[in-house]
Amino acid sequence: MASVKIPDTKVQELKAICQKFRNDGSELINVLHGAQELFGYLPPEVQEIVADELNVSLAHVYGVVTFYSFFSMLPKGKHPISICMGTACYVRGAEKVLDEFKKLLKVKVGETTPDGKYSLSCLRCVGACGLAPVVTIGERVYGRVAAGDVKKILGEY
Amino acid sequence: MTKTLKRLDLIFKNEGDSEAILEKTLSRNNEDIISDLIASGLKGRGGAGFPTGLKWRLTGEVEADQKYVICNADEGEPGTFKDREILSSVPHKVLTGMAVCGRIIGATKGFIYLRNEYKFLVPKLRTALDDFHLIMDKLNLDFRVDIFMGSGAYICGEESALFESMEGKRGEPRNKPPYPTNYGYNGKPTVINNVETLAHTYSIFKYGAEKFRDLGVKDSRGSKVFSVSGDTPIPGIYELEFGMTLQRFVDDFGDGDAKAVQVGGAAGFCVPRKRFEKTIIGYQGKLTGVSLPTGGSMMIFNSSRSMYNVLHNYLEFFVEESCGQCTPCRVGTQQLLMGVEAVKRGDKSSDYLNKLLELSEIMRQTAKCGLGQSVANSFSSIVENFKEEMIY
Ligand SMILES: NC(=O)C1=CN([C@@H]2O[C@H](COP(=O)(O)OP(=O)(O)OC[C@H]3O[C@@H](n4cnc5c(N)ncnc54)[C@H](O)[C@@H]3O)[C@@H](O)[C@H]2O)C=CC1
Ligand SMILES: Cc1cc2nc3c(=O)[nH]c(=O)nc-3n(C[C@H](O)[C@H](O)[C@H](O)COP(=O)(O)O)c2cc1C
Ligand code: SF4
Ligand code: FES
Repeated sequence: MASVKIPDTKVQELKAICQKFRNDGSELINVLHGAQELFGYLPPEVQEIVADELNVSLAHVYGVVTFYSFFSMLPKGKHPISICMGTACYVRGAEKVLDEFKKLLKVKVGETTPDGKYSLSCLRCVGACGLAPVVTIGERVYGRVAAGDVKKILGEY
Repeated sequence: MTKTLKRLDLIFKNEGDSEAILEKTLSRNNEDIISDLIASGLKGRGGAGFPTGLKWRLTGEVEADQKYVICNADEGEPGTFKDREILSSVPHKVLTGMAVCGRIIGATKGFIYLRNEYKFLVPKLRTALDDFHLIMDKLNLDFRVDIFMGSGAYICGEESALFESMEGKRGEPRNKPPYPTNYGYNGKPTVINNVETLAHTYSIFKYGAEKFRDLGVKDSRGSKVFSVSGDTPIPGIYELEFGMTLQRFVDDFGDGDAKAVQVGGAAGFCVPRKRFEKTIIGYQGKLTGVSLPTGGSMMIFNSSRSMYNVLHNYLEFFVEESCGQCTPCRVGTQQLLMGVEAVKRGDKSSDYLNKLLELSEIMRQTAKCGLGQSVANSFSSIVENFKEEMIY
């Protein structure tokens, strides 16, 4: 992975987040939530600063980052697209919807389009199973999506 | 289609009387409140059905300098979306339950552990918390509730993994016992209850134990909120009495062509059509037929669905969500997935399914937590009831 240079101002902001949680190691997850909001993702350089500030090992931070699916070590697209593959969505045709997104965006699951506009991922049950199949783009939730709707949905962005 | 099941309207009814109910309840002594909860028959709605009054009493009896009340809003069971609805429409009922619990066990701090996917609920919850804290001040109660955001791991709904996660660690389940009643968040005695469980305590405080107990059947008292999805013309959230047969449920909610119902999500059981009549939705008790408990997920499959695909989807889910801490679960889930794929491709004979069934039973006995232990539920109930679909 190419190393990332973090501008000083951002470093200060990150340190401020750590301080907000009293540089307390047991607040690691809350700190990481704040850090991911600040950077959009959690590259190793960010994890190093967090480890130093909270006085915990880098291995511990890395272990936590990789455990939870919400934390990402790769930048996401401007509009992160997630297809629910939970059972309710799956049996109602989520796979076809996913295939359509892959085809139109020409990316695989876990990838971002070269222009950084969209990233594609799968997730498990967003708690909207009554609307299956479900797609989320950023904070927006689309229900009862059919493969034929995908083009129109992308057109909104 | 006949609509025979009685719809209830206890939990979502909002009369704006939480302050009065709280005041009335707190004017009674702890033991009376607990006796009421036990008499009501309320059992944990997270799925396992532990008696709520007993949980509060046990935690109250332990001596400690600090205790906690935690509302489990991680709602990860695939096909469940009722807790989200309860939290967004009647948060004050949940908070009232937490405050009363805090007084009883001697806790000053509470948390709502909220699933990351429900982040959009936070602004509304904060408003509810502000109102709640004003009431706390007015009633001179030292009790505060915070929100803790989950980070996208199904296993963190398991209570001990949830505590680990709140302590800033990977969400890896602990050995039980000790139970949270003795050793919970930060190693302190903790009551952890499902969102719905806490909301039901409100109805019991308000209407009394009798009214709650009158609903449902032996060992499965009160109402239950179900999340209905899959092949149904009316997906959604329904509050129904406990103890119905699956046949009656399907008569009301199916599309006329139901071939199976998954009761209780990936960790639950798949019931084929021929057993609908004999299966009762409720906790194990002395009933005729089989009783199936559920956290509330009811997913209906009609005859156009491939049960192999359903099982495959569950197994992928388990492979992904196993925390990897213990071998039976980490390796077992992968072997089950590869195994059913091999049988389907014809690389293994159908007898191999029996080996896989044995493996899932071993997982039930040796896995460390409820995730690995319950893989056998869906695995064996699908493989045994839909064997041909697994092979051809
Ligand atoms: N709601 C959801 O989204 C999901 C629910 N589940 C459900 O979770 C259930 C398994 O949960 P577990 O916590 O592993 O079940 P469990 O049977 O270990 O415990 C149930 C509750 O009773 C308490 N308890 C049990 N024995 C006790 C004792 N002797 N003393 C004090 N407290 C005691 C436990 O601390 C826990 O709070 C399954 O039934 C499954 O249906 C599983 C996945 C997701
Ligand atoms: C893998 C796994 C996931 C769980 N997820 C949840 C959950 O999302 N919500 C919940 O209330 N209980 C969940 N539980 C059950 C909890 O461990 C615990 O039993 C429950 O929160 C206790 O509350 P109750 O007594 O009110 O049911 C889960 C259990 C397991 C094994
Ligand atoms: S059974 Fe599975 S989820 Fe539970 S501790 Fe073991 S590996 Fe982790
Ligand atoms: S299965 Fe897709 S939202 Fe629940």
